[in-house]
Amino acid sequence: MSILLAMQGALSQGVLWGLMALGVYITYRILDIADLTVDGSFATGGAVCAVCVVNGVDPILALLLATIAGAVAGFVTGFLHTKCEIPAILAGILTQIGLYSINLRIMGRSNTPLLKSDTLFKNISEMTGLSSTWTALIIGIIVSIVIVAILYWYFGTEIGSAIRATGNNEQMVRALGVNTSVTKILGLMIGNALISLSGALVTQSQGYADIKMGIGAIVIGLASIVIGEVIFGQKGNFAFRLTSIIVGSIIYRIIVAIVLQMGMNTDDLKLLTAILVAIALSVPVLISKRNQVAMYKKLTGKEE
Amino acid sequence: MLKIRNVSKTFNPGTVNEKKALNNINLEVHDGDFITIIGGNGAGKSTLMNMIAGVYPIDCGYIYLADKNISLLKEHQRAQIIGRVFQDPMLGTASDMAIQENLAMANRRGMKRGLRWGITKEEKEFFYKTLQRLGLGLEDRMTVKVGLLSGGQRQALTLLMATLKKPKLLLLDEHTAALDPRTAHKVLKITEEIVDEQKLTALMVTHNMQDAINIGNRLIMMHEGRVIYDVKGEEKKRLKVEDLLKKFEEASGDVFANDRMMLG
Ligand SMILES: Nc1ncnc2c1ncn2[C@@H]1O[C@H](COP(=O)(O)OP(=O)(O)OP(=O)(O)O)[C@@H](O)[C@H]1O
Ligand SMILES: [Mg+2]
Repeated sequence: MSILLAMQGALSQGVLWGLMALGVYITYRILDIADLTVDGSFATGGAVCAVCVVNGVDPILALLLATIAGAVAGFVTGFLHTKCEIPAILAGILTQIGLYSINLRIMGRSNTPLLKSDTLFKNISEMTGLSSTWTALIIGIIVSIVIVAILYWYFGTEIGSAIRATGNNEQMVRALGVNTSVTKILGLMIGNALISLSGALVTQSQGYADIKMGIGAIVIGLASIVIGEVIFGQKGNFAFRLTSIIVGSIIYRIIVAIVLQMGMNTDDLKLLTAILVAIALSVPVLISKRNQVAMYKKLTGKEE
Repeated sequence: MLKIRNVSKTFNPGTVNEKKALNNINLEVHDGDFITIIGGNGAGKSTLMNMIAGVYPIDCGYIYLADKNISLLKEHQRAQIIGRVFQDPMLGTASDMAIQENLAMANRRGMKRGLRWGITKEEKEFFYKTLQRLGLGLEDRMTVKVGLLSGGQRQALTLLMATLKKPKLLLLDEHTAALDPRTAHKVLKITEEIVDEQKLTALMVTHNMQDAINIGNRLIMMHEGRVIYDVKGEEKKRLKVEDLLKKFEEASGDVFANDRMMLG
């Protein structure tokens, strides 16, 4: 019974955190920038949302404000990277560290519980009589569908195409008259907006925001991406690839639920995730090297 | 059309790697000029192209294009009116995107890119017809990713992209150097056709002296960051490869200093 409950929880968690993975996908895969703002902007989303909700702001409006806060964080990283020419990884780290203090300032303490406040999840759960996990799952799925649809549309537009091309061949994009600083900043803003939205949804569903909630988010995002890509491949149309990342996020949560059931210590989870990502990223490289050698041996034959 | 006044560029000034790549360049390019540029390795040909395109800032001087001072404009701002093809076939196109997506982006050169759909139906028909004229069969592979094309196909596509929206100036920096002789010839032919048809103003860097003589209406030789020879019209048509080699020897005081210069 408990494993079933854990699976249900994994499902809803996977969907809510899946939006964060989509944000990471936009910077890491589309823009080809390893953006480390993530850990900070995820918690920023949670912090902004929690403070808004505690102060009686409508829970949906709180989600929106959190999303905007994430976009601002992405803008800062983008500005540091493009206008000040700080390497992307460092720019992300700077923003992330800065956000830690800002998040504390926003909340005024390290943890903000939403016990007595209305959240989207509580309201819908009361309205429909569904359990909190089911509510979280349904809200997560609806938001995901909307977000995937919006992203599919946006990255097909003129400016969206320019952002995709920037990650592919920056020099060409500039030679076609596009300001790549703008496209990079836009991409970072969209990515971090999604990450903050995810942080806000997670906050409302778990009933509190915590200053540490974003630690390791980047690795979880990467894990979801590589799991999604390993299972569904990197082909298919854009909407399919986005969906496969959310599914990757769900599978990641299921794996986590299983290892926890098997008695693993929660403290070891981050190590496990890091190892998982490192393996997933290195396996394709190792396989192709091995194939290369195997092919050489086969084609060349025995040494004379 | 293009006016370059006293432009210099020194790389890594004040260090042991200091290199004066352009030394007080003055050049006036007229409307409809098709200029071939030759010169040994390190003569400053690519640097000149990059200065015009705005890849690096110039140290001093002025560059005017279409009666506008573009000396301080950024690369992407100049790209609104300048088309470019690079030596490396990888650089001119986005390999993970389809042929038609690449063309659609080029078709918006100089336009504001907003929330309209990235490619329209009319455009697809237009691209089909344009690709057809290349004669490479690309029109039937419009949704194929550019990464799957050969270097020559990519250069032809880049050329098309650089001229899809008629540029005020076309910069070609050894754009056939990475191609096999047959493909290079084909891409050169396409280049001449497009420049001729659209009456473009173009600068083309090449190491092939015969091509430099045959193509275009004017020829410039560069050496150590300077323009050392500038011929046009009938005089240029009468040039022989030997003449150019001699000019080069005179300038450098060096007999056949450069292997690549001898080719062609
Ligand atoms: N970004 C740079 N940094 C430092 N030095 C540079 C840079 N670009 C060019 N140079 C130097 O400037 C000089 C001119 O180089 P440039 O690339 O313009 O020559 P080129 O005429 O195009 O030669 P090639 O025929 O080999 O392409 C060379 O000595 C080169 O080493
Ligand atoms: Mg060069």
